[in-house]
Amino acid sequence: MSKITLQDLSHSYLQSQNKDEDWAIRNVNIDWQDGGAYALLGPSGCGKTTLLNIISGLINPTKGKILFNDEDITKKNPVERNIAQIFQFPVIYDTMTVFENLAFPLRNRQIPEDEINNKVNEIAEMLELTSTLNNRASGLTADGKQKISLGRGLARSDVNVIMFDEPLTVIDPHLKWILRSKLKELHQKIKRTMIYVTHDQTEALTFADQVVVMHDGQIVQTGTPVELFEKPKHTFVGHFIGSPGMNILSCQINNGSVTINGTKIETSNSKIGTSNFSKIELGIRPEFISFDKKGLPVKILNVSNTGKNKIIETESDGGKIKLIIKAGEKVPEGSAFLTFKKDYTYVYGDDWIVEK
Amino acid sequence: MNKTVNQKAWFFVIPVFVLVAFNAIIPLMTVVNYAFQETFGNNQFMWEGTRWFKQILVSERFHAALGRQVLFTLIILIIQIPLGIFIALNMPKEGIGVPICLVLMSMPLLIPWNVVGAMWNIFALPDIGFLGHSLNAMGFDYNFTQQSGDAWFTTILMDVWHWTSLVVLLSYAGLRSIQPAYYQAAEIDGATRWAVFRHIELPKMKKVLTIAILLRFMDSFMIYTEPFVLTGGGPGNATAFLSIDLVKMALGQFDLGPAAAMSLIYFFIVLTVCWVFYNLMMRNESKS
Repeated sequence: MSKITLQDLSHSYLQSQNKDEDWAIRNVNIDWQDGGAYALLGPSGCGKTTLLNIISGLINPTKGKILFNDEDITKKNPVERNIAQIFQFPVIYDTMTVFENLAFPLRNRQIPEDEINNKVNEIAEMLELTSTLNNRASGLTADGKQKISLGRGLARSDVNVIMFDEPLTVIDPHLKWILRSKLKELHQKIKRTMIYVTHDQTEALTFADQVVVMHDGQIVQTGTPVELFEKPKHTFVGHFIGSPGMNILSCQINNGSVTINGTKIETSNSKIGTSNFSKIELGIRPEFISFDKKGLPVKILNVSNTGKNKIIETESDGGKIKLIIKAGEKVPEGSAFLTFKKDYTYVYGDDWIVEK
Repeated sequence: MNKTVNQKAWFFVIPVFVLVAFNAIIPLMTVVNYAFQETFGNNQFMWEGTRWFKQILVSERFHAALGRQVLFTLIILIIQIPLGIFIALNMPKEGIGVPICLVLMSMPLLIPWNVVGAMWNIFALPDIGFLGHSLNAMGFDYNFTQQSGDAWFTTILMDVWHWTSLVVLLSYAGLRSIQPAYYQAAEIDGATRWAVFRHIELPKMKKVLTIAILLRFMDSFMIYTEPFVLTGGGPGNATAFLSIDLVKMALGQFDLGPAAAMSLIYFFIVLTVCWVFYNLMMRNESKS
């Protein structure tokens, strides 16, 4: 049980670092409260697993500090940090039974045998492994094995933090859903700090209270799922989260107002003077766009029906725009005009949101 | 479904059949031929039935050679398998050390058998060889050409030097195929070094170790060239292993009948042990 603080954490797998790309993660600062459920979200190779391995002590960071409850544990090994970690691919001990697998981390810590018995039975109950407790672990299916990995992570009751590194990759879709809700339920029951690494936005958004979005080794935004959706601070967050993602359009600044080829667009953060940015863009989610009699002129390219909604792809002077309307609504033929909801329209300078 | 009958396909089997015939079937059948008959040359044969087999099976000389052979094979397996695993565990996993170690390890495997025998013969000579001379200088009474214990010691040392690398390379390959996540999970679970070896490394090496043990069993059980060049089976019959004894009987004494029977028994032992061993290992595999 502890609060986790990462201070100016940077790590590189190379001997010498000359440019930004040489760093696997750069200048990461995070404050995680005790007992929270957090997700680290980002595409493959963004540094999220590296960050996780630094927290667990499997990797020593090149720079920076890690604190558990304000105590510097940067130099400590995984056992001293007392953490649990579940990996992407199931790790089981082939020679042992399911029971022995679950008991392994407890036995290594010389916990009395009757206590181990109770704990293992409790965990097995929770993960529905009771009937297979005495089977050889190597004979189980992939998701059975991953349940054991999860179980080993949950077996110790005194861990500072439980970390999940894309634990549901090898699991069947419908079981994925069950295990995910199980984890959420578990978090509410045992109230331990949990960090969940994933590239799947649905997993991150459903599991976590706070989601940390990573991109190219940096944290681009930390926030609740709603914040990430409604106000992305970086264009990456905009198009990574949401399906389809945020529309990013090229735009111009004229006398403090935003225009796309002459059409003025109202934005929530348009009170910007002359720009010092090399790139100015406008971001709007497909959910906040609608057809109108006037506004931004577009050509309709393509309509796809998802059952409940229609996703319409259009072409404007600022680039392609996707919008979502209800399946029952009529789609204009050929060309049309679009209006954006002002509160959800943002201006981005060099990919970062322009603050008012 | 109508299958077309076309017996011409049998022609495709002919090259393989001819090859196998010349390289295995005909030589083996010659041996079988000798094993059941007596010959005095000039291609005159007399039927003897199972007489040679009975004779070999009760022969003290055969028992002694078989005993020496089993002892030798057991000793080298007991030394080479753990030693090979131990070296593989301690080999570097990355960097320039990897190719250096791999090349150094492969060296003994690339040297022809008779050269190994000759090298060790000279190396171990008590008066001028480095090993023999050093041992004597240190006060040991070492002479592998006259004392059977020393002959055994030298033969085993030579075989360990020559073949442990095979076990090392196979174990190393097995170890490298283990996902890093296993070690990381074990570290987090607080596993001791021994537990990591017992529950992760050893089970993952099981298949390559089966191969290693089988290969080392077969090779050491049929060993001929190296001890022949090193000790010639001596002193006396101290290091006359099965194959050395067999050659003595066949080509030294020209007892072709008993020698042929002995070859077949010898062949049968190797085959049986390999079959039993392989099946035991694989049955465990399917059970888990």
